[in-house]
Order: sequence, then structure tokens, then C-alpha cells
Amino acid sequence: MTGKRTAFLNARLVDPASRLDVPGALLVEDGKIRDLGPRLFHDGKPADAEVVDCHGLVLAPGLIDMRVFTGEPGSEHRETLASASRAAAAGGVTTIVVMPNTDPIIDEPSLVDFIKRRAGATASVRVLPMAALTRHLAGETMTEIGLLMEAGAIAFTDGDRTIASARVMRRALDYASTFGALVVGHAEDPELSAGTAMNEGEFATRLGIPAAPTLAETIIVERDIRLVELTGARYHLGQVSCRASLDAVADAKARGLPITCSVSAHHLALNELDVGSYYTFRKVKPPLRSEADRAAMVEGVASGTIDVIVSSHDPQAADTKRQTFAQAAFGAVGLETLLPAALGVHHDGRATLLHLLATMTTAPARILGLEAGSLAKGTPADLVLFDPEVPFVVEADELHSRARNTPFEGRKFQGRAQMTFVGGVCVFDRARDADS
Amino acid sequence: MPGRDDSPILKTSHLLGIEGISVGEITALLDLADDYVTLGRSAEKKLGLLKGRTLINLFFEASTRTQSSFELAGKRLGADVLNMSVKTSSVSKGETLIDTATTLNAMRPDILVVRHQDSGAAELLSRKLDCCVVNAGDGSHEHPTQALLDALTIRRRRRNFEGLIVAICGDVLHSRVARSNIGLLSKMGARVRLAAPRTLLPADADRLGVEIFTDMREALAGADIVMMLRLQQERMAGAFVPSTREYFRFYGLDREKLKLAKPGALVMHPGPMNRGVEIDSTVADDIEVSVIQEQVEMGVAIRMAVLDALARGLAAAGRNAP
Repeated sequence: MTGKRTAFLNARLVDPASRLDVPGALLVEDGKIRDLGPRLFHDGKPADAEVVDCHGLVLAPGLIDMRVFTGEPGSEHRETLASASRAAAAGGVTTIVVMPNTDPIIDEPSLVDFIKRRAGATASVRVLPMAALTRHLAGETMTEIGLLMEAGAIAFTDGDRTIASARVMRRALDYASTFGALVVGHAEDPELSAGTAMNEGEFATRLGIPAAPTLAETIIVERDIRLVELTGARYHLGQVSCRASLDAVADAKARGLPITCSVSAHHLALNELDVGSYYTFRKVKPPLRSEADRAAMVEGVASGTIDVIVSSHDPQAADTKRQTFAQAAFGAVGLETLLPAALGVHHDGRATLLHLLATMTTAPARILGLEAGSLAKGTPADLVLFDPEVPFVVEADELHSRARNTPFEGRKFQGRAQMTFVGGVCVFDRARDADS
Repeated sequence: MPGRDDSPILKTSHLLGIEGISVGEITALLDLADDYVTLGRSAEKKLGLLKGRTLINLFFEASTRTQSSFELAGKRLGADVLNMSVKTSSVSKGETLIDTATTLNAMRPDILVVRHQDSGAAELLSRKLDCCVVNAGDGSHEHPTQALLDALTIRRRRRNFEGLIVAICGDVLHSRVARSNIGLLSKMGARVRLAAPRTLLPADADRLGVEIFTDMREALAGADIVMMLRLQQERMAGAFVPSTREYFRFYGLDREKLKLAKPGALVMHPGPMNRGVEIDSTVADDIEVSVIQEQVEMGVAIRMAVLDALARGLAAAGRNAP
């Protein structure tokens, strides 16, 4: 007696967890990966199974995006959990980790429960909530980390806010370590970056835009590393964006500290010059950096110092972006361009496909303690089928996100998701999507 | 008392902390206190051992329990007892601690019992005064008579400290009770465990010769004694722990957590208790497990023993030798 079976034939199986990259087939049964390998079904199609012909495309674990902002609850006009999950599915992302920066802020166990229930009812991909590290994201008093974890918070962060007080951060890390909780930090010194809109340097000078130096980031990164050394807490730097910070992280890792970090796809694919003539869709936190820093980020991914690539998906309504550069909101959507932008590192010959995919599958799974992110037998069949070579041009109108503030409008990329499966169920199929 | 042995008990003329006293001195104090428990339960509770002696209770921090316990102990031994609280003294008018000491010294007291919010205050006074100084709690440093009364309570129930597993749970960071108890129980051969969130554990606590736990359940497993510490009100809301409900959930002693301790394990608390914060009422009020009221009774006996022991070292003239 078996349930629903789906056979993926003619696939290129790519599984970073087992370092597998071979042509073959994969069988899903009851939403779980039952079997896979080069010899599976080589002597004929399986009976009683639905067949998906992969036409030689890459079949990989669905991507895990560790940094997604939505507008639910409170700003549903920007993005709901449902619309974010549609964008995720279209990007090959099967697990999104959502930030607590909503209205109300996710700093109460009941609100973690709300996100989980709401996502369960409306979202087509897996949604894991992070909870606030400090109440009201005010950076003053820590949240109920133990109770929030019991409610299902996967990690603790003030999102895109830095905890200014070293004392508060020290206590929060100390307290988090009591429960083995993961703290995700944001590194922008609030004083040095106050009122600024881009990266300090020649280009900001020419544009006349108030700017923050990279060390606004590095000062906090170095402070947090010292605090991790003191407290032993597990710490993940939410976004690294410059070489000096990366060097600090590399040094901390070399000393064996429990520190990991992410980079946003846009910090790999864009630099400060892309701000161009005050292009507000490229106003992000932290700001786009110099070409040398961007190149350092690519290097960091290649070397493995950077563990994870995230989208930093941050949907903004048109009214908050149709402003002067100084007044416009920060943030860019990114769920649907995460894979294409990240693939650039592979196409430039800087990383193998296995290595690159690990940053969006096994690495976030390991850091967050998830079962997802691999093609291991018996695990949920969260899968992405994608063509790593297919060229396309990003068009904002074709995005599935409710907000359209992509920094990549008109950008030519190579490779994107064709089909996405969550628990063996198809949640996105580009062939059918084009018809609608 | 019949068969009374007046030989000296303490080698020093002050009781500033557990750190300075030996196993022998502790045992002798506990033995003496046992006699005073008997005395306290009889109709005639008074002795004249300290007749003519002056005891000053100098409390810079409010304390109902400790102050009245010392007052009663002094009076039962026949001393004249003066209670000075800070509100009525010139300390609140800006006088320094040293000035206060000098002034008090001129009144020629025999024993000064002092409680102060700053660590080291009792030690400082002991260097400036000619009388015996008893530390009734200094900052986050020591509270020796509390540790002694806890030890008396345990010894009367368990006879022996050797190998006993004692779990001290809660705000260890700010607790003088914890520091004195760690010192005393370790000296007597008990195995001390500390259980607290990392924010309430002092740095390098493992160097104190104790086992550290952040999961209270693990600390309680197989414990003979569960000693709860008071969480100060001002430390509840965010700075050290996020909320009282979270604290109670993970570090409050309730029936469920207590089940992990050894059957018949004793529950102790130095008081005053925050019910529903560090201890559940059903545990605190259960006379089968809770010895919290007994601790209060032992407090008077221990303080009588301490005052008696210190008085034995006083010169006939009533002052410590210069």
C-alpha cells in the first residue's frame, strides 16, 4: 500500500550534501524522497507513478532563503506571506525565513504562532519565523527567547536594526546561549550611519548623497565577534558587505568561534556605481559597496568564508520608492532573482555548481538546524528544477511578489527555476505560469 | 546550660565571611547552635552570657528577617541591643562609612552587626572599629550567617554533608547567599551545582569548584537539596531575564521540576520569596519538602551561637585588644 508517487526522469541530480552531480532519476513517495541515483529507472519508466521529464535540467534541493522581509502582519499592501511564498516558489525557494520587522513586531510567542498558522493556511512554501531579539526592536530589553523558541522561533534578530548598546547585546547573547539559540546580527553602527543613504566614497561625493563608511559595518562586526568570544553564543552575521568585515569574520572562524555569515545576492551582483542617477530601487541596507568590496564578496563565497547567500527580499510599495534618493525607503525584492544572481558566481568560474548551491541549501540548513536542504532519502521532497544556462532579462512586471522594487530591472541573467516542489507537490511550473 | 564548654570557637574576632573560617570552626558553631535550638524551644529562652554587652545592628539595607533574628539572638543572650537603620542615621545625611564607624566606635559597642549594599563594607568597618564585626550581608559578596543557618538546617535533617548534592538555583550573579553557601558546603564536602541562565551566572563561576548548569532540570537530577535564590524585582524585566513568566517557566521550582530531584529532597529559600517567580506556592508551602520556615528558626539559633562565640574572645573590658 503506497501513496502518491512521482518519478523525476532525465535529471541532472545535484546534491551539495552528498556532493552528488550526476545524470539520473529521483522518486518521490508520499511527499518524501524515496530513492535517487544514476541507475534508478534506467531500465524503464516506473508503473503507477506520475512522471516529470526533467529534460536534463538540474534537480536540486529547494533553496532556503534565510533573510526575507514581508508585510504581514501590518503592511499587507507591500507583501503578504502568500505573495512572498509565490515569489519564493517562482525563484526555486522552498523555505523562507521571515524577519520579525512587522507591525506588530514578532516579539511575543503568540505572534510567532500567528505567523506559523497564517503561513500554514496561505503560503505554498515553508515559512520559518525569526523572532525579535529585543522587545519592540528597541535594542533595550531582551525578548522571551525560551518561550519564543518553544513557540517555534527559529532564530533571534532585530532584522535590519543594530543593537547599539554593547551591554544589551552582551546580555542578549549570554541569555541566548543559555538556550542554544541562534542570534542573527545586523551590522551598521547607528550613529555612523544615521541619516545616510549610500556608501561613502567618490561616487557618493559626486552625487552629493550623505554616506556612511564601510567601517560603520566593520566596527559592529568586530564588536559582535568579541562578544561572541566572551559569551559563546551562536551568531550569524545577517549580511556582510565589505572586505574588512569579511576579514574579521574569517579571522573569527579561524579562531574557532561559532560565527557564520550571509551575503545578499545584490551585494554580489551590483556595486555603488549601480546607484547611477539616484536609482532608489538600489538603495539598500547596508548600501551597495565599491567594486573592490563586491569582488571581495564573490571571493568570500568562493572561499567558503561566506556561508550563505540570501535575497534580503524587502518589498517596498511604490510610494516609498518614488522619492528622492535621500527620502526613499531602503530595500529591494529578491526572492525571484536570488538563484539567477547567485549563479553569476558560478558562470564567472568562481565556484562549482555544487559549491554555489550549498550556500542556499546545506549551509542555511546546518546553521538553522533544518532537515531540509538535501536530497537525502526520507527527507521531504522540497525540490527545484532549473536550467542553469537559460538566458533571460529581468522584467519587474513578471515578478510574483506584490512589490516590484527589483534592483535588477533589465538585467541579463543566466539560469532560473523551471519547476518548484514542496513536499513533493508542484508549487511553481514556469511552463504553466507563462500561460496565465 | 548544663555541661557548658566555654572554650574558644572562632580564631578571629570578626565573622566577615565563610571564606575565613575553617571546617572545625563551622562544626563547632553548628554544635553550639544545636543547643540554642533546644533552648529556643523551651519556655525560658534567656541566658545572661552577654549581660552588660552592647550589640549594635547597623542596617544600610532594609531587612526584616535578618535584623530581627540578630536582635532576638542578642536579647536572648542578655545583651543590650540597639537597632540603627539608615533612614534615621546621619549616613543618609551624607556621612561616609568611615565617619559612621568612628562615631560608633566612640560609643564603645562590643559587637556590631552590619548589612550594607556594597561588597567589602563589613571588612572596612572591621578595620576601623575596636569591636567584633558580624557581616549580615555585604553587596554580592557574603552572608555568612545565612550559610551557617542553611548548613544547620541541612545537618539536622541529613546528619552529614559528605557527598550531598546541593543545587543552588537562580540569581547567582547578585547573590551573597550563593557565594557563602558555595564556600561553606564545598568545605563540608557537599557537591554544589549552580543552575541559572548565563546572564545570572558570574564569570568563571566554574572556578569556584562547582558544577554549572544552564538547564535547571539537569541540575536538579538526583539532587538532595534544592536551594532557591531570590530574584530581585529590578532584575526581572529585561536586563537579565526577559520576564517573570519566562523565568518561572525555565527556572521556577514547581512540582514537575522537583520530581527530578532525589525522592525526599529538601527545598530551601533564604526568603523573602517571590511566589510564581522563582518558586511555586505548592512547593514552598508543602511541609513534606519545604524547610523554609525551619530555616528561619535556625537563623536565631545560629546567630546566638555566633554572638556567643565572638563574645568569648572579647576581653573582660569589653573591647578587642588594640
